[in-house]
Amino acid sequence: MAKAYTPGLLVTQHKKHRIMRRLPIAGEVRVQEGDQVSADNIVAETNLPGDVHPINLANQMSLPPADVVSCMLKKEGEPIALDEPLAQSKGLFGMFKTIVHSRFEGTVETVSPVTGQVIVRGAPLPVQVRAYISGKVVSVAPGEGCEIETDVAYVQGIFGVGGETHGTIRVVGTSHDQDLTPDLVTPDMEGCIVIGGARMTIEAIKKAQEIKVAAIISGGIDDQDLKQLLGYDLGVAITGREELGITVIVTEGFGEISMAERTFAMLHDFEGQDASVNGATQIRAGVMRPEIIVPLNSPPASDKNKKFEEGQLETGRQLRVIRDPWFGMIGTVSGLPTEPHVLGSGSKARVLEVTFPSGEKAIVPRANVELIEE
Amino acid sequence: MTKIDPDQIKVILATDCGSTTTKAILIQYVDGEYRQTHRGEAPTTVEKPFADVTMGVVNSVTEIGELAGRQLVGDDGRIITPATDTAGCDIYISTSSAGGGLQMMVAGVIAEMTAASAKRAALGAGSIVMDVIAANDGRRPHDQIQRIRDLRPDMILISGGTDGGTADKVVQISELVAPAKPQPRFGSDYSMPIIYAGNKDARDAVSEVFSEGGFDLQIVDNLRPVLERENLGPARDKIHDIFLEHVMAQAPGYDKLMGWTGAPIMPTPGAVGDILQTVARIQDINVVGVDIGGATTDVFSVFDKTFNRTVSANLGMSYSISNVCAEATMPNVLRWVPFDMNERELRNHVKNKMIRPTTIPQTKEALMFEQAVAREALRLAYKQHKEFATTLKGVQQQRTVGDTFSQQTSGQTIVNNMALDLLVASGGVLSHAPRMHQTAMMLIDAFEPEGVTMLAKDSIFMMPHLGVLSSVHAKAAEQVFDRDCLVYLGTSVCAAGQPKPGKLCFKYELTGDKTDSGEITGGEMSLLPLDQGETGTITLSPARGINLGEGPGKKVQRTVHGGTVGLILDGRGRPLALPEDRSSCQSTVQKWLNALEVYVEEAQAVGV
Repeated sequence: MAKAYTPGLLVTQHKKHRIMRRLPIAGEVRVQEGDQVSADNIVAETNLPGDVHPINLANQMSLPPADVVSCMLKKEGEPIALDEPLAQSKGLFGMFKTIVHSRFEGTVETVSPVTGQVIVRGAPLPVQVRAYISGKVVSVAPGEGCEIETDVAYVQGIFGVGGETHGTIRVVGTSHDQDLTPDLVTPDMEGCIVIGGARMTIEAIKKAQEIKVAAIISGGIDDQDLKQLLGYDLGVAITGREELGITVIVTEGFGEISMAERTFAMLHDFEGQDASVNGATQIRAGVMRPEIIVPLNSPPASDKNKKFEEGQLETGRQLRVIRDPWFGMIGTVSGLPTEPHVLGSGSKARVLEVTFPSGEKAIVPRANVELIEE
Repeated sequence: MTKIDPDQIKVILATDCGSTTTKAILIQYVDGEYRQTHRGEAPTTVEKPFADVTMGVVNSVTEIGELAGRQLVGDDGRIITPATDTAGCDIYISTSSAGGGLQMMVAGVIAEMTAASAKRAALGAGSIVMDVIAANDGRRPHDQIQRIRDLRPDMILISGGTDGGTADKVVQISELVAPAKPQPRFGSDYSMPIIYAGNKDARDAVSEVFSEGGFDLQIVDNLRPVLERENLGPARDKIHDIFLEHVMAQAPGYDKLMGWTGAPIMPTPGAVGDILQTVARIQDINVVGVDIGGATTDVFSVFDKTFNRTVSANLGMSYSISNVCAEATMPNVLRWVPFDMNERELRNHVKNKMIRPTTIPQTKEALMFEQAVAREALRLAYKQHKEFATTLKGVQQQRTVGDTFSQQTSGQTIVNNMALDLLVASGGVLSHAPRMHQTAMMLIDAFEPEGVTMLAKDSIFMMPHLGVLSSVHAKAAEQVFDRDCLVYLGTSVCAAGQPKPGKLCFKYELTGDKTDSGEITGGEMSLLPLDQGETGTITLSPARGINLGEGPGKKVQRTVHGGTVGLILDGRGRPLALPEDRSSCQSTVQKWLNALEVYVEEAQAVGV
């Protein structure tokens, strides 16, 4: 019988997690296979070529471009300091010479006799790659980076902003459906990963920013709050490079929506433990979702047998409806009719029957559900 | 590739390897004409764990083989050629947009002139243009260099200067690109291809600039040899060559796939442009085509034999839906919705669609909202297209005394809605609308065609296949385009000008397969039955100041074709204006939707 697959966000108590830490260009890897690293350790570093500054000397000295080369006081490949003389015109009978001082520090890279343009390249920009998660280096690609592996508990969020960070988990509020409000954020949370239940308010995020909380995580966020946080209306979900001083992750979506009870309970169990989080989200080719990774000191004795195959839609599976009119509701698959149905919109689509905890049943397009993966 | 004799081709197999699905079609010579007979579909297998595009191709082709009762894949896992009575095909061809398609950066000296020509060449070749660098683009040189460093294009096209003109400006642009050391998107051992298509007198100097630093410089004829003329062909051909030799060769499995095809693999949008140009040329008509996707909207046009293509990055129905709402503004989106909606909930709803792009509207209200967003995405994309598709800028014009009052500056748009003959829609929100009336209404509201225009949609997104086919067998491509590719929605008759509400806009008289006559008043829309395959002659008598094709107030007679929707009469005027008052806007839009039977319950629905 054909199987139906639908994507789901991963929330698991245990998985072997392996990440590649790669330099943007070739450099030096500072760890060896077998090393134990912590999230803060630098595992590789390199120098990016410095910024490039073009200077049109022909214009500045009122010379034909071809004459610029002979006026250079610094040749190609020579270093130059800020305000140091770069070129000098021959003047008239050795007098009235024009001297051009460099407005940049770096190295003279090229001098063009065609355009009279000089390129000064700034000092190399150091780039350091940190381990991001605590674990064991399992492989090294010389000059490129390394792979780190560890046993973790793992929660995939749906959307986030801000990049990689780590800290101690602090769960606030009492339940998965309690909003994350500013009164729950306290000064002793500096450097922590604050976990709330339902919608996080902009006031709570702003307060967390002030306190220098590392990351704030909750079920939902309001579109207007996100706009206020970023200072612009996010048009396309490609994030991770924002410089907000805080990483923000929502596990369920936009609006008044509670964190899945199981996710909240699991994170609650890890209160006080270190975790690594990344808000980077990319929802085009090569989907990337935000993540919360809790390295485990020792993996659970034995993983419980998986009841269901990953991604497979089956009767009895728990899912979340991800589109109106039942947006955000969690239920169980109670029927998988094979024939397409005509929806209220008039479209024909394959559907499933979902039963909510209240006993209410609904018919929902298969495209509008998300499995809760274990 | 061996030389192909079109007369010997009776069975054609074509695939389009998209980012998510590989779509295959089978075309056969049946009863004296080429027809598309079967289609198959399978997930694209470029990404890990498969990392071999041919697996998806074989899967989709196998599906067709089963449906057609014809073995198309041999025991060696390759497509069987040539065809016998029961197996194989005479030619296999393919397009590809997998892995994000072809991505380029272009540079020129003047943004409106050589850089615009370079952009046109890149877009026409089917590329996404990531950025256009020009000496006068308003950015400081170090900002331009930083931008070039940040981009990871597949190749760079540099143009600038007319042949024999000054060389230093284009060399200066090259001197910005070279030290930036742009990194290619795929593979660190891959030299960045640079196509130089500028002033021929600067070739030596440009070669010198790129002689170090790991560039693969290719020189072609100047794409703007004189200001008055573009010569985009050589640059476009070189883009295709590099696409095949470098970009495709880096994508998993493409080296194998290229060995299977009987014609070069083309970038998908380039192929769509080719088929529209072929059809415009053969039928001697002006055509606009649109493909609205989740992330981007492509608009193609052929007016007076001049082809233009634009890609509106970040105007799409899922990944980019939030951007559409931000650019268009929510009040502009909501003006198409004839009932109240909670704006805060809508904004959250839009963001949820952005982060979960594969969901579909379940309720009628959700569908109407999504189609309202589509109208705005299409409107904005077409606006960008009109601004880009212009006569050449910078061309000096000779003035005579007679031109004193009619002289136009260079760089006017060549898009003329009154001269538009055929408007073709493709992309999920248009192709998969529950009723074709909805597709027709979205097209008319967004594109605002004027006069008499045929409306059609691409039935199963077959245009890419036919585009590449047109390069080897134009006749087959044109026959299949006409008979199987397009689903004709009908003809729209739209009044240009500002008719007075409730007063006569135009009179019409229809003769032929259906007969009818009557009046359309200002602000009114009407739908007349005219089925697929039916034709008629319509005589239109516009009121004073109203233009239906022959000038204000002048009588028009045209042949009209029917379709799945019928003959649409639009007396709303152009440019289309909706009432600013929200409740009056709602009732007006509802009246139009009712007149065109846009949202009608057709079957017992489930859910809500």
